[in-house]
Amino acid sequence: MAELQLDGAQISRARESARRIARRVYDEMSGNTTTTVERATLRLMGIDGVDDNGVPLPNRVVDSLRAGGLLAHGAALLVAGAMAEQGLSAQQVAQGIADGALSLTRPDNSHAAREVASAEARRMCDHIARQRAVRAERIDATAQARSPWLYLIVATGNIHEDIVQARAAAEQGADVVAVIRSTGQSLLDYVPHGATTEGFGGTYATQENFRLMRAALDEVGARVGRYIRLTNYASGLCMPEIAAMGAMERLDMMLNDSMYGIIFRDINMQRTFIDQFFSRMVNGYAGIIINTGEDNYLTTADAVDAAHTVLASQLINEQFALLSGLTPELMGLGHAFEIDPGLENGFLWELAHAQLVRQVFPQACLKYMPPTRHMTGNIFRGHVQDALFNVVSTVTGQNIHLLGMMTEAIHTPFIQDRYLAIENARYVFGTMRDLHSEVEFKRGGRIERRAQQVLAEAEAMLAEVEKIGLPAAIGRGTFADISRKPDGGKGLDGVLAKADDYFNPFPGLMLKAA
Amino acid sequence: MDHQMDHKMDHDTRPAERWIKPYGDTLDDGRVQLSFTLPVALDDNSKEAARRLALAMGLDEPAVSHAQDMGQGFSFYVVYGQCRHRVDLSTIKVAKPEFEVLDKDTIDALIAEKMGRKLVVVGACIETDAHTVGIDAIMNMKGYNGHKGLESYHQVRAINLGAQVDSEDLVARAIEERADVILVSQVVTQKNIHLDNLTRLGDILEAEGLREEVILVVGGPRITHELAKELGYDAGFGPGSYAENVASFAIDEWIRRHGAHGQGATT
Repeated sequence: MAELQLDGAQISRARESARRIARRVYDEMSGNTTTTVERATLRLMGIDGVDDNGVPLPNRVVDSLRAGGLLAHGAALLVAGAMAEQGLSAQQVAQGIADGALSLTRPDNSHAAREVASAEARRMCDHIARQRAVRAERIDATAQARSPWLYLIVATGNIHEDIVQARAAAEQGADVVAVIRSTGQSLLDYVPHGATTEGFGGTYATQENFRLMRAALDEVGARVGRYIRLTNYASGLCMPEIAAMGAMERLDMMLNDSMYGIIFRDINMQRTFIDQFFSRMVNGYAGIIINTGEDNYLTTADAVDAAHTVLASQLINEQFALLSGLTPELMGLGHAFEIDPGLENGFLWELAHAQLVRQVFPQACLKYMPPTRHMTGNIFRGHVQDALFNVVSTVTGQNIHLLGMMTEAIHTPFIQDRYLAIENARYVFGTMRDLHSEVEFKRGGRIERRAQQVLAEAEAMLAEVEKIGLPAAIGRGTFADISRKPDGGKGLDGVLAKADDYFNPFPGLMLKAA
Repeated sequence: MDHQMDHKMDHDTRPAERWIKPYGDTLDDGRVQLSFTLPVALDDNSKEAARRLALAMGLDEPAVSHAQDMGQGFSFYVVYGQCRHRVDLSTIKVAKPEFEVLDKDTIDALIAEKMGRKLVVVGACIETDAHTVGIDAIMNMKGYNGHKGLESYHQVRAINLGAQVDSEDLVARAIEERADVILVSQVVTQKNIHLDNLTRLGDILEAEGLREEVILVVGGPRITHELAKELGYDAGFGPGSYAENVASFAIDEWIRRHGAHGQGATT
């Protein structure tokens, strides 16, 4: 669609504010690490599995280092030191610690330890780079899905049942399959292990579940002639570890937001800022598209009143992502179709918001979320709401299109709900394929004026956030009307200052490549 | 005219029978629609199976109006039929909390008059439930659908603990805040996890000796008042409930427990 007239200088000013906001947080946090960053590092060095009580070995090692006052030097350095001195693999070191047969000390030869850690890291980076190449080859070998990509959710709680539903979704036309996580996993300070069959409102994110679903989607993708992208959640208290697992198992997208956990899960903000940096670095290196969660703001705040908070947050998320080495094509910045259906001209404002985001982030892989807040048990009206959402998505050129379910307010989708949702989207996308290039926004009309207003509000909001700093702004309830304090929330006990000789081999390898 | 007769009481005061069944375009035609999936590929046999299923469900003259294969051995059906069954409306009495729904100002005035202090409401989504839509709609300032939340009530101290709150933490906070009302939201009901969560909270309150002290209320899209009572809660609120429904119930219940003249007012 012909573009809205927006003030480019105003967009630049807002973006510069966001850059300084993110940079300040990054600088304030860069002297710290977290327990889950260290566990992710160990996973990337090849440590996996659980002890006799089902406690993951990365947790055992990190807890043991912490108890010994050694974690500040970096788990990679300590484990590599034992590897160098005793000729063990990383996994053998972890098993030794879990068995009580081994306790780690600062390496006598720290240079040798760094060499061993770096060699392990390079081996993992090669593996992840190969996975990235496999993805690129498979996408090249098939027709690239036309955007908006149809993004569907499975959430049975049982990975084997999820696979059945995911295969059916792919056959019906899904381009992206997301496995919703079991409710509550975001607050677990460890990652469950193995294939899981018991979850609530979703399925646990485990490396084995990732592997099983990846294999199933590769298989059905080959059959239907499309590469089916797999999505999970690098969020919550184990954000970096889940990013690491996803990178190893060739996931394609990860829900990964710089502020979502703080605001909606009451996870400590220092913890989140540190964790999001490491996890995004891994995602960027692995070519995984992050999905940010601004759509959630509109589930608590009003979609019209708070439209500018979505844009402001997207600009902040963009800058955090750049600091982690993510390129714009990997930024699935989120927004949503959540205006009250009873509001006169609400559809015009949805168009204005979606087109505004499109123009402010021309290269981003935008993720557009369907109505949820105003969905009711009236599935017939719900199907119409979803159809209107589909219209906005296609005419404004969104990239990742999360399919709306008419039973959104009732239950996790039945297989036919998904089928009907795909049919709805395909109908709208097909019948309106080139509408965007045939009609223009009226100059100075309602839609354009609305977009200009939201942009101006976002610029003003970012200027204000910049003045007081992001932590204070979150403390004031700037996003989603929810207030969080720097020392509040869960997971602060997992934040620790790095020692002067702290070592982690991955940033050097992954950021350099980006 | 016969219909009006149906509303009149029998001389033994039992209400007159009032049988009803679904309406399509003619009274008592019983027309209903349903849709479902069968876990088999579509063919003539599966279509006939869909029709027979409708028959077994009590639908006369079922007709499959739409059938489609969905891949992976699943097929989808839309079926119309005539419902054989009917129910006597006069025998139905749905349990619901007996109170008058008041507006915000009236509620504030009533709390001030009867309690002489603020009504303290502590709310949360408990255990694994991460969906705050419901609790936020009732408790947060903004409320929902033009109905202001409890935070906006001058005479209510509303403390929203948010999502995934352990029952123990909720009870501890309720004690600390001397809560009059505990309001729990349960959105996720897969595998009936909400029943486990709600029972657990009830048990903890019982163990703490608090169950009689607090007004215990649950809300959520799958919650009914009847279910709430079965679980030992004082009230349950389903879809379409707003802050004023909850607040009206709470003050009504408080007055009932403490006497109409507010002698029970403490603090």
